[in-house]
Amino acid sequence: MSTPAATALLAEQVGTIAGRSVWRTFRQPAVMVANVTFPLMLLAVNSNGLKAATHLPGFPTDSFLDFFLPFSFMQGALFAALVAGTDLGRDIDTGFLNRLALTPMRGAALLFGQLGGALSLAAIQATVYLTVGLIAGARFVAGPLGIVVFLLLALTVALGFGSLGLVLALRAGSGEGVQSSFPLLFFLLFISSMNLPRNLIEVGWFRVAATLNPVSYMIEGMRSLIIEGWNGTALALGFLFAFAFFGAGMTTAAVALRTRMART
Amino acid sequence: MSRPSRRSTAYALAYRQARIHISNPVLFVPYMLFPLMSFMAFAGGLSQLRHIPGFEYPNGYTSFQFVFVLLQSAAFGGVFTGFAVARDFEYGFARRLLIAAPQRSGLVMGYACAALLRWGVVATILTIVGLIARMNIGGGGVDLVGLYTLGGIVNIAGTLWAAGIALRTRSIQSGPLMQTPVFLLLFLSPVYVPIDLLSGWIHVAATANPMTYLLAAGRGFLAGEETDVLLSFGVGIALATVLSVWAFRGLRRAELAGGS
Repeated sequence: MSTPAATALLAEQVGTIAGRSVWRTFRQPAVMVANVTFPLMLLAVNSNGLKAATHLPGFPTDSFLDFFLPFSFMQGALFAALVAGTDLGRDIDTGFLNRLALTPMRGAALLFGQLGGALSLAAIQATVYLTVGLIAGARFVAGPLGIVVFLLLALTVALGFGSLGLVLALRAGSGEGVQSSFPLLFFLLFISSMNLPRNLIEVGWFRVAATLNPVSYMIEGMRSLIIEGWNGTALALGFLFAFAFFGAGMTTAAVALRTRMART
Repeated sequence: MSRPSRRSTAYALAYRQARIHISNPVLFVPYMLFPLMSFMAFAGGLSQLRHIPGFEYPNGYTSFQFVFVLLQSAAFGGVFTGFAVARDFEYGFARRLLIAAPQRSGLVMGYACAALLRWGVVATILTIVGLIARMNIGGGGVDLVGLYTLGGIVNIAGTLWAAGIALRTRSIQSGPLMQTPVFLLLFLSPVYVPIDLLSGWIHVAATANPMTYLLAAGRGFLAGEETDVLLSFGVGIALATVLSVWAFRGLRRAELAGGS
């Protein structure tokens, strides 16, 4: 088969699976609503409850809302990962993946397509969080272009987490297995610079853990656009870790898919 | 054959729930990890907050956060038990349970006992972790009994709330309905800093929130400085009483629906 034809076929397969994934996500309004509103509740509570932290010497802004806003996007990405993982887990559980293995569907198409639902959910979440954040008084020092870059980074992060959801599903083989991994994923968010800048974290082991945690750099990349303006290093690290997360996730998922297909 | 008493029904159900959690770590581990993660994130990541002018808690930030996480684990222990009730209805086990147990109020008591038992394990682990993290304890034995008793009351209240929902909906889909109000109640209290350092709408919400007084009393017990003791126990017991009516009415609804 010629390369353009193969590419076109792959694109068509990705489109088919992605369409199904998006449709499945939108058919679960309860999941959508919960996933969109929960991070907003946490944003409302923490941006007020932790407002006193802005009095700490060296705190980079006088608005905790500005500082904390990226966390909602990270949490949204985490939920998107769960959606992607749970849907694939259910496909494995119900035997859909086995039936799919009998068709000419390529593994890459399946993996990229499965991210469609997660990405669409992440896009909706990002729009809602951004709108609420701006209405609540968040200001982007980087300006309107900064908002565009912020959204791009948020969606890349969502793709990265989505690929992690696929890995979990392929390893666990069930939606329940993916759901029970939720605390471990949440752990990545908790042990990061989500609540305080790393230089203000007092406990040594926590600061080291936050520095080693790629999530810190993703948050700091987004945060830099709100409170600093254009910080090339923070942005480069944010995108680098988000792409690295995505690349590592998809590679691991591809290997896990091959193993699972060989088993069946 | 003798008619099973309410107590024996409760005991049998609590025993079953305990066995399920021992044989299914997948069900127990997430519940245990949540408070541990919160404790690490809050006590470890936010300890700088003790330097904020006006932050006056004598035992340090680790102890300050320990009490919140202990009560959080107690409340969410109840919520997770609500999930178990809903799952039993979805799998049809509860239907058989309703037929087999003539003293059906023992069922709610059984789930509550199981929740208390499970929280006991988590509270023990959490306390060990707290001590490893050099949590300072200023209170004496009686104070600590007071602290853990408050936790027990919160756990029972949480179970009764979530069980009330589960008995009405009889579906695990109602999970968010069980946990969101509990989450809001917990996080609309002075979680990170004392209430005097909160301002705006969150200060108003925290003042009206019963959890604020339970938290203040718990922190007082740990520091050895009794704070709002009568008020907190009064609030806790009143909450548990109202929620027991809620749960038992839910049980009646489930009975009328035949457990389906």
